[in-house]
Amino acid sequence: MKIGRVLRPLLVLLLLALVLRPEWFTPIFAPLAPQGAPVIYARSSLLSLSLSHLGLVAAATLAATIVAVALAIFVTRPAGEAFRPLSRTIANMGQTFPPVAVLALAVPTLGFGAGPTLVALFLYGLLPIFENSVTALTTLPPTTMDAARGIGLNRWRRLLKVELPLAFPVMLTGIRLSVVIALGTATIGSTVAARTLGEVIIAGLLTNNTAFVLQGGLIVGLFAVLIYDALIQLEAFLAKRTGAG
Amino acid sequence: MAALLIPFMTIAANRIVAGESVMAWRIASPAETLPGVAAVALGLVLGIPAGRHYLRLSGALLGLAGILWLLMQGGPALLDSADSTYARVSPAMGFWCLLLILTLMMADALTQLAPGPLARAGLLAAVLCSLALILWSGALAPLSIFQEYASRRAQFADAMLRHLALAFGSLATAAVIGFPIGILCHRRARLRGSVLPVLSLLQTIPSLAMFGLMIPILGWVGDSLPGAQAIGIAGIGFAPAFLALVLYSLLPVVGNTVAGLASAPAAARDAARGMGMTPTQRLLKIELPLGLPVILTGLRIVLVQNIGLAVIAGLIGGGGLGTFVFQGLNQTATDLILLGALPTVALALTSAIVMDILVELARPIPKDTP
Repeated sequence: MKIGRVLRPLLVLLLLALVLRPEWFTPIFAPLAPQGAPVIYARSSLLSLSLSHLGLVAAATLAATIVAVALAIFVTRPAGEAFRPLSRTIANMGQTFPPVAVLALAVPTLGFGAGPTLVALFLYGLLPIFENSVTALTTLPPTTMDAARGIGLNRWRRLLKVELPLAFPVMLTGIRLSVVIALGTATIGSTVAARTLGEVIIAGLLTNNTAFVLQGGLIVGLFAVLIYDALIQLEAFLAKRTGAG
Repeated sequence: MAALLIPFMTIAANRIVAGESVMAWRIASPAETLPGVAAVALGLVLGIPAGRHYLRLSGALLGLAGILWLLMQGGPALLDSADSTYARVSPAMGFWCLLLILTLMMADALTQLAPGPLARAGLLAAVLCSLALILWSGALAPLSIFQEYASRRAQFADAMLRHLALAFGSLATAAVIGFPIGILCHRRARLRGSVLPVLSLLQTIPSLAMFGLMIPILGWVGDSLPGAQAIGIAGIGFAPAFLALVLYSLLPVVGNTVAGLASAPAAARDAARGMGMTPTQRLLKIELPLGLPVILTGLRIVLVQNIGLAVIAGLIGGGGLGTFVFQGLNQTATDLILLGALPTVALALTSAIVMDILVELARPIPKDTP
C-alpha cells in the first residue's frame, strides 16, 4: 500500500511531537479549553505517562504470552488432553466478560493502583493468545508432523523445531489481539489510579477541558493504531519468510 | 476444596471501610451452616470424577444451592451480631471462588453433554427464572449489594434501560449501515480492500480515547449545525457514546457479512447462475441464507462487545450501568461497583448464549443437501 508508506512516518512524527513537544500544539487546542484553563496537560510529563502505559501493556502481555503458550502446549500434549474441553469452556466464557468489568472486579480484592490494572490486563490477555495457540497447535499439517516423526525427531525437538515455528504466525495474531485489548484496558486503568495516558482524558472529562480529552485521545489512539500496524507488518513478514523457507 | 477455607463473607462497620472476614462455618450457628457446608463439600466431591457428566452437573447444582443457603443464613445472622444499623455484610473471596468453580463445573458438564439449541434455550430460561426468583424473594436482601440497590432503585432501572438502549440501539444502527456496505464490499473486491483495513483500524482505538474523541466532534456538530442540538446531538451524554459504539460495531458487521456471503459453496452459486437467477435473486435466495450463521456470529460479537463498552459511557455522562461502576470506584464503595459490574457481566453472558443458540438455529442442516 502506497498510502501506508507516506502516512506511517507522518503519524509517527505526529505522535512523537504530541508526546515530546506538546506545547507546539497550543494554538490548535486553545479554542477547545475553557477560558483561563491550561491548554496543555502539565500535571505530569506525557512522556513518563506514555512509558508507564506501554510498560504496563508490555509486562502484562509478556506474562500472558508465556503462561498462555505454556498452557496451550500442555493441553495439546497427551498428558494434558483431558483438560482441553474445560480450558476451552473457560476461554469462551472469559471472553464474554467485559474488560471494564474485570478491571472493576479486581479493585475490591487488590486495591487501587497499577496492581488491579496489571492483573486485569494479564487475565484478559491470556484468552486470545491461549485460544489461538491451541488452534494453531491442533491444526498443524499432518504430513509435516509425520515427516518430523519419520526423520526421528523426539517429542521435545518436534515441539521446538517443527510445531512452535509453524504455529508462531497464528500465535502472533493472538498476541496482537491481546495487545490491542490491553492498550484499551490500560487507558481505563487510570480510573483505578494506575499511571497511564487515560489520566489525561479523565482529567479533561472531570474539568470539562476538551483540549485535554483530545490530546490524550489522540496520543492513545495513535499509539494503538501504530502498534497494531507494526504487528500486522511483522506477521506479514513472518508469513512471507515461512512461506519461502 | 481449599476455597472452602477462604473467608466466605465479610462484615464491615459501614459501606466504605474494609470488612472483617468470617469463615464459612462461623457465619451463623453450627446447626444452620452445617447443611450448607456439607452440600458444598459433597457437590465438589461429586464433580471430581472426569467423564461422569450428569454426576458433575448435579454436583455443581448441589454446591450452588449450598453457597446460596450459606448466604441466606449468614446475612441476617451476621447483621444481628453487629448491632449497628450501618453494618454491611457482603460475600467475600471464598464465596466468589466457590461460585466460579461451581459455575465452571456446570458449564463444563453442559458443554460435554452438548444439548441441542432448544434444550439450551430451556436451560437458560430455567436458570434466569430461578435467579429472578431468588432476587425477587428478598432472601438475599440483607446483603450489602442489595442495600445499595434498595437506595437507588429508580436510578438502577433508568441505568439498565439506558445501557440496553446503548447496546441494542447501536447494534441496530450498525446493522442498518453495515449490511449494505458488506454487500457492496462482497460485490467489489477493490472496495473490500480499502474498507476493511480502515474499519479494523477504528476498532483498535482504545475505547476511552474513542469516547473522548467523539466529544469535540459532536460538540462541534451540535454547535454549528442548526437544529442538531434540538435532537440531542451534543458533546456530552448519550450521543457521543452511541456514535462511538456504532463505529466499533461496523467492523464485525461488515467483515462477517462479507465472509458470510463468500461462504456459499461455488457449486451452489454456479447452479443458481445456471438456473438463470439474477444477481439479486442469488443474493437473497442463495448467499444470504447460506451465510446467515456467519453474519449472526458477527452480531453476537457486536452485542457482547457493546454491552461491555457501554460501561465506559458512564464516564462521559452517557448513563448506563457504568455510572455505578465509576461512582463506586470514586467512593471506594465495593458493593456499588458490583451493582454496576455484575448485571453487565450477566447481560453479556446471557446475550452470548442466546446469540449462540440463534447461530445454531440458522445453520442449514447438511442432510438436506444431497
